[in-house]
Amino acid sequence: MIDSQLQALISAIEQADSPARLIGAVRALAAARLESGIPTLIQALGYNNPGAAIAAVDGLVQLGVLAVEPLLEQIDGYNYGARAYAIRALAAIADPRALEVLLSAAATDFAPSVRRAAAKGLGSLQWQYLPAQQCIQAQVEALNVLLEVSEDSDWAIRYAAVVGLQGLGESAVAPKILHAVSDRLHQMQLADGDLATQARAKFACDRLAAISNPQLPVYC
Amino acid sequence: MVDFNSEQLMERSPEMPVGAEPLTADQAIANLRHEDLSLRYYAAWWLGKYQVRDSAAVDALIAALEDESDRTELGGYPLRRNAARALGKLADPRAVSGLIRCLDCSDFYVREAAAQSLGMLGDRTCVPHLISLLDGGVEVAQFVPGRPHLAQPYEAVIESLGALGATEALMLIRPFVDHAVARVQYAAIRAMYQLTQESVYGERLVQALNSNDVQLRRTALSDLGAIGYTPAAEAIAASATENSFKLFALKGLLEHQLRSTSEESLAPRAIEIIGLMDTLL
Repeated sequence: MIDSQLQALISAIEQADSPARLIGAVRALAAARLESGIPTLIQALGYNNPGAAIAAVDGLVQLGVLAVEPLLEQIDGYNYGARAYAIRALAAIADPRALEVLLSAAATDFAPSVRRAAAKGLGSLQWQYLPAQQCIQAQVEALNVLLEVSEDSDWAIRYAAVVGLQGLGESAVAPKILHAVSDRLHQMQLADGDLATQARAKFACDRLAAISNPQLPVYC
Repeated sequence: MVDFNSEQLMERSPEMPVGAEPLTADQAIANLRHEDLSLRYYAAWWLGKYQVRDSAAVDALIAALEDESDRTELGGYPLRRNAARALGKLADPRAVSGLIRCLDCSDFYVREAAAQSLGMLGDRTCVPHLISLLDGGVEVAQFVPGRPHLAQPYEAVIESLGALGATEALMLIRPFVDHAVARVQYAAIRAMYQLTQESVYGERLVQALNSNDVQLRRTALSDLGAIGYTPAAEAIAASATENSFKLFALKGLLEHQLRSTSEESLAPRAIEIIGLMDTLL
């Protein structure tokens, strides 16, 4: 039953003869939330059709942890567009198994869109799924890569590093991590060469300050 | 945003010519007088690209605006084009009078580069000269037979007049908002917004985000970013273009918003734009 449903959804994608039909077919597969549809959704990240790719990312994110291993295995080394979407899906699912891939994508990928998505994703992982000791180590690795990325020459990559640092600061499991994040964000707020990046760093500092000095009861 | 045809696209980032070494500023300045014309051409591009603000570089580029040796088959002046483009990036007001003379050059692309660069240099003495390129209005703003461009570089001229705040050109620019070429239309709408701050012009660019042509959507994005029309933020974020274009346009809005206030704290609208930018990473 499920198999025939899957087959119909996949053939609709294979037979789509216009960009709009392709988007519709990918959306239908995404909405079915079938684990067996994951490989086809991942393929759709590389069709050079942004609407289809966004629908596929949504579908993969809905499937959550089930999609993590397939995404890590199928990540596309050649098509940077597909890789950026895969990194966005991994970042949104936020499973810490993606840490290594996010670290290397943020630090060394040649495509700016991939580096931006990875830097942002490094700040939003679900660290609580890691054992305590491993968690500190993982956050330190994320911190070091984000600090390095925050000095990139491309403003948009530094901006993404600020977003990642803010997320890491908000979920820091050790005071030294929060301090390192705050120090760097304050520096960027004052001295980054780009006005928008400075403003983003200011916003991040404000958010971190609000968390450490809440003005309202936290559980209201 | 000015339309670059393929000839120009090549000129924007020329291949390093055979025999050319990676340059230093001194070599590039010296190469502007090299007997090999391709090295002169590359050096002019290089000095702009790396923003060599040395006065010797500016002098040599100003001299290159009068070059007679580098000619195309159709009579164009490739070295003058690159020198005019580079001078826009070097922010030296001494370039203004030479660039104004280039507005009368027989080569369309020299006039276009000069008009753009004069807008970037921000010196209003060029305004009457830019205005004179709009002589005859939309009636004469037609394609030159057999060429891929209009009689004058209207897009560049109008954009620069808008950037220079040339309100005296307002009545001349207004008819171009209905020009048959979409990119000229957008340039005029963008300038009209800058000169009047009337939201009707900002909204017309927002409408253009729904164009069927992805190039036109990108142009509209870039125009909205350049004028910092903050009500467009949500429409920009939702438009069907690549995230990097949308991010760059939203950055223009955010910076406009930041510059419009002396407040220390971030305005609610700035925070909303930041929220949209975050979703595009």
